[in-house]
Order: sequence, then C-alpha cells, then structure tokens
Amino acid sequence: MEKAMVGTINQRAVSGTKAKRNRKALWCWLFVAPNLIFYLLFQGWPIVINWYYSMLDWSGISSNATFVKLDNYTRLIADPYFWKAYRNSFIFMLQAVPPLLVLSLVLAATLNNPLLRFAKLYRTLFFIPVIATTSIVGMIMIFIWGADGPLNYALSKLNLPGGGINWLSDGRTAMYAVIVTYIWKNLGMNMIYWLAGLQSIPRELYEAARSDGAGHFRTFYHITLPLIMPIALVILLLNTAGALKVFDLIKTMTDGGPFFATDVVSTYIYRYAFSSEMGVPSMGYASAAGIFFAFTIVILAVLQGLIRKAVLRTWGGDNS
Amino acid sequence: MSRIGAISVHIVLILIGFVWIYPFLCMLSASFKDTEEFFAGSLSLIPAHFNLANFTRAWYAGNFNQYFLNTFIVTATVIIIVLAITATCGYALGRYAFPGRRWLLLVFGLSIFVPLEFSVIPIFQLIKSLGLLDSRLGIILAEAGGGHVLFVLLFASFFRQVPKELEEASIIDGCGFFRTFIRVILPLSKPIIGSVTIMQFIWTWNSFLLPLVLTLSNPALRTLAVGMYALRGENIIDWTGLAAGGTIALAPIILLFLFLQRYFVDGMAGSIKG
Repeated sequence: MEKAMVGTINQRAVSGTKAKRNRKALWCWLFVAPNLIFYLLFQGWPIVINWYYSMLDWSGISSNATFVKLDNYTRLIADPYFWKAYRNSFIFMLQAVPPLLVLSLVLAATLNNPLLRFAKLYRTLFFIPVIATTSIVGMIMIFIWGADGPLNYALSKLNLPGGGINWLSDGRTAMYAVIVTYIWKNLGMNMIYWLAGLQSIPRELYEAARSDGAGHFRTFYHITLPLIMPIALVILLLNTAGALKVFDLIKTMTDGGPFFATDVVSTYIYRYAFSSEMGVPSMGYASAAGIFFAFTIVILAVLQGLIRKAVLRTWGGDNS
Repeated sequence: MSRIGAISVHIVLILIGFVWIYPFLCMLSASFKDTEEFFAGSLSLIPAHFNLANFTRAWYAGNFNQYFLNTFIVTATVIIIVLAITATCGYALGRYAFPGRRWLLLVFGLSIFVPLEFSVIPIFQLIKSLGLLDSRLGIILAEAGGGHVLFVLLFASFFRQVPKELEEASIIDGCGFFRTFIRVILPLSKPIIGSVTIMQFIWTWNSFLLPLVLTLSNPALRTLAVGMYALRGENIIDWTGLAAGGTIALAPIILLFLFLQRYFVDGMAGSIKG
C-alpha cells in the first residue's frame, strides 16, 4: 500500500527559491501534524507503554504500582482460565472463518452474475447486519436463540431436533450459537470484499473460456480462483485477525459464559482490567495478557505473509 | 441461465435474505407489541396494534433520550475531527514531496500491524491522566484516535489526480497554501468526504468497548450501544422496551446506510484493493 504511494507520487519539479520551498515544507508538516498526533497518542504510545504496564502489579485505579518484572507473565502462563480463553479464541476463529469465507464467496459469485436481476437489492439485504450496532445485535440474538425464541419455535414446527435447547445457557451449544451469529453478521462484509475481487477480473476472460467450451465449474476453478487468489489472502488475513479479536458480540451475547464456555482472550482481558466481579482490577496483569495475545496475532500475520508468498508463486499471481 | 435455474436461484436468495433480516423485523415488531402480546408466543411479525408505549418508556424511563443525544454529539464531533485531520494529511502526503515524507509514510504504514483493540487500557489511562475521564470530550478524543490510514490513503490518491493547473491558478490569484486547499482543492473531494463520513459514522455510532470503559463511572454519558447493554443488566428484562430502544438506536444508521450505501461500499471495496 505504502510502496505504491511512493512509486506513483507526483514528484513535482521544485520551483522557486529556497525560502519558498521551506515554507511549503512547513505547511505540509502542519497539515500532517494533527493526524500524526492522534496516531502517535492513540496507537503508538499504547504499544510502548503497554510493555511497561505489563510488568507492574497495579490496579490501574490508584497510582500505587510495584515493578514486578515478568511476574504477570508467569502468573498468566500458569492460569488454566487464560489457556481456556486462548483456546476458545482459536476455536472461534477456526470454526467461524472457513464457512464465512466459503459462503460469502458463493454468494458473491452468484450476485456477480450480470444476468441476475435484483442483485443490488440482495446485496443491500445481506449487508444490513454488517452496519448494525453489535451490542444491539447481541441483545436481539439473546431473544432469537432463547428457550422460547423464534429459532426453537421454528425448529419444533419443522419437527427438527434441538427444539427445547436453551442455546446460550448450555455450555455445549453456546459457542456454536455465537459462531453462527458471527457468520450471519459478517457475511455481507466478506461478500463485498469478494465482489471487489471478482469485478476486477476482465469479462473477456470468461467469454473466451465459454467459447472454448468450459463449464461453470471449470471456469471458476481455472480462471476465477487463480485470479482472486491475491485478494483472497488479504481477505483471509483480515478475517483471521478480526475473529481473534472478537469482543462486542461475545460480551453482549454470553459475556464469556456459561462457565467460561465462550470466554475468549478479549473478554478475559476485560474482566481483569475493568470488571468489578474479580474484586480490585489488575490492569498490569491484563496488559500482559493483551501483549501475549497481540504477539500471537503478529506471529500468525507473519506466517500468513510467508504462506501468501509461497501460494502466489505457485498460482502465478502477479501482485507483489 | 435457464428460466427455471434463475427462478430457483431467486427462491434460495429470498429465503436466505429473509433469514438475514428476520432478527431486525422481529425487533421492529416487538417494539410495537405490548408485553402480553409479546409473551403470548405469537411470533407474527405484524403487531396487533401499533402502540408507542414502549418507545416512550425507552425514551424517558430508559434514558434513551440521553443516550441518543450523547451518541449523536460524539458521532458528529468525531466525524468533523476525522475529516479535518485526514483530508489535510492526505493532501500533504498525496500532493507534495517534502522532507520527511518517506519517513511519515513508513510510520503510517506500520499501523497495519498495530491492533487498536488491545490499546484500550493505555487509552483509558491516557484519557484519565488528561483529566477527561468523566467527560464527553474524553470519549470524543478516544474515538477520534488512531492513524486513519484508510481515510488518508483515500484522500491522498484522490488529491494526487487533481490537475496541477487548478492550484497554480489559485496561487496566481494570490491564495496561500491553506486557502488554496480550503477553497479550491477540498470542495472537489466530495465523494471521498462522503465515504469517510458514512464509514466513520457507522464505526463511531456502533463503537462499544471504548465508550463502555470510559463511562463505567458516569452512566449519564453512555452512548446507545453501551446504554443498551447496561440496561439489560440492571432490570428484569423488559423485552418490548429493549426492542423499542434497539429500534431507536438502529433506525438512524440503517436509514443512512440505505441512502448512502454506495459511498460505504465503494470505500470498503477500496480498502481491500489497496
């Protein structure tokens, strides 16, 4: 992204005197400064100070803090509830992302057909959950998945199993309910991503394939798939990171319950940093958990970058 | 596509589409029902009569008037701040070669690796040490924080394409750097302003974690997203009242999206291509 900007920048022939040039540079810095300050204060500074916080025994409320070196990390690694949350984060991501990507690609490929009528209307319909406030969606979903909710009503009317289950209060089903809701909410977003990828494929390629006698499936496999591979990897990365960071939906639907069945790292951190249910908050400890998990995400991102390079080499994509 | 094939595709899409918006229809109809009708087990989406008692209850007793006002003020201010700082930043970066520019691009580029979500504790402490913990300004600053790299890129690539003659003419007319930007260049970027406005609107309106932790000690400053969550915890669940509150909170954002979706979808599609 940033490379492209450097490459295509309009390198203006610098005219005028040195004083004029300096004044222009000053203006440029003035124009950049406000955004830079917001960036450094709210994105840069947190990263730096988080390392320090993570080595404090500190409630976060008072200024009483003792430097405890790596004690928070040793406590963290020894806490089975942390590992439970850590595992849940990955279970959530691994079960939500693949169906989300596949379903949204099928939907996008269907809606990308120029002969399909009302495609725009459908697109709007599927996009509405994306823009809806997650905490309000969480409230609606408690009702939908409830013991007397519409889902169970429909299941019993259709004589399907599962009619009497209280989905969100049952440790065996709560995670699935949250995952299905997450897929429902984010399908439209991914549909738009895929559509952007699909629409960048020249129509002539499809016409050529058709005149060569290739069917729908073979066209998809031999033309569409290789050409959207570069964008597919970006979509995969966005979704992996997004699913690992899920907070709003779980906080409002189950609050990590029942009995930590849906507790993920973000709700774990929240509980230690801000919730009164643990007694006095321990922000130092929570920071350590945050850093530990952020590190995991960065490692995954790097791994995905390497995989991306390997995949692009085999599929012959031309994007860098 | 054969006719039968097309019809079956539409049937499947309509069925799935109905599932996709059913939760919202369900909420909308519940917000007009009285408690008896709601619990009678009738899942009809059309209420027996449209009574507005739930809305008045949510609006006054449920404090949604306060939450709505808070959300509106926070969202509007954040949009103005973000527009101002990203348009200027995008203009300088996209239009001019100046000392330090490469360095700036690198620093902004790094933000892709920075998970903003795990910054909540430092941001909370930062707002606290600025003495803004129990103020609306604190929420506004926290919500406007970050590098906004997507928006800066949108503005930068747009400004790069503006013909140089426009600026030169304006300079000949005696306008300085700032006036040239405000009067000549900025008005051209209406499509980008539209995209940034609606995206930031949706993000701020829906934001949950930051306003949640920043209003823990002052419920009067809660936004709609937080108010809804808190309300559920406080009382015996008043489903129809909550549904009305949810309708109040979601109506502006869904309506705005329906009218301006082109800007939003273009912006999001642009983010993935970048």
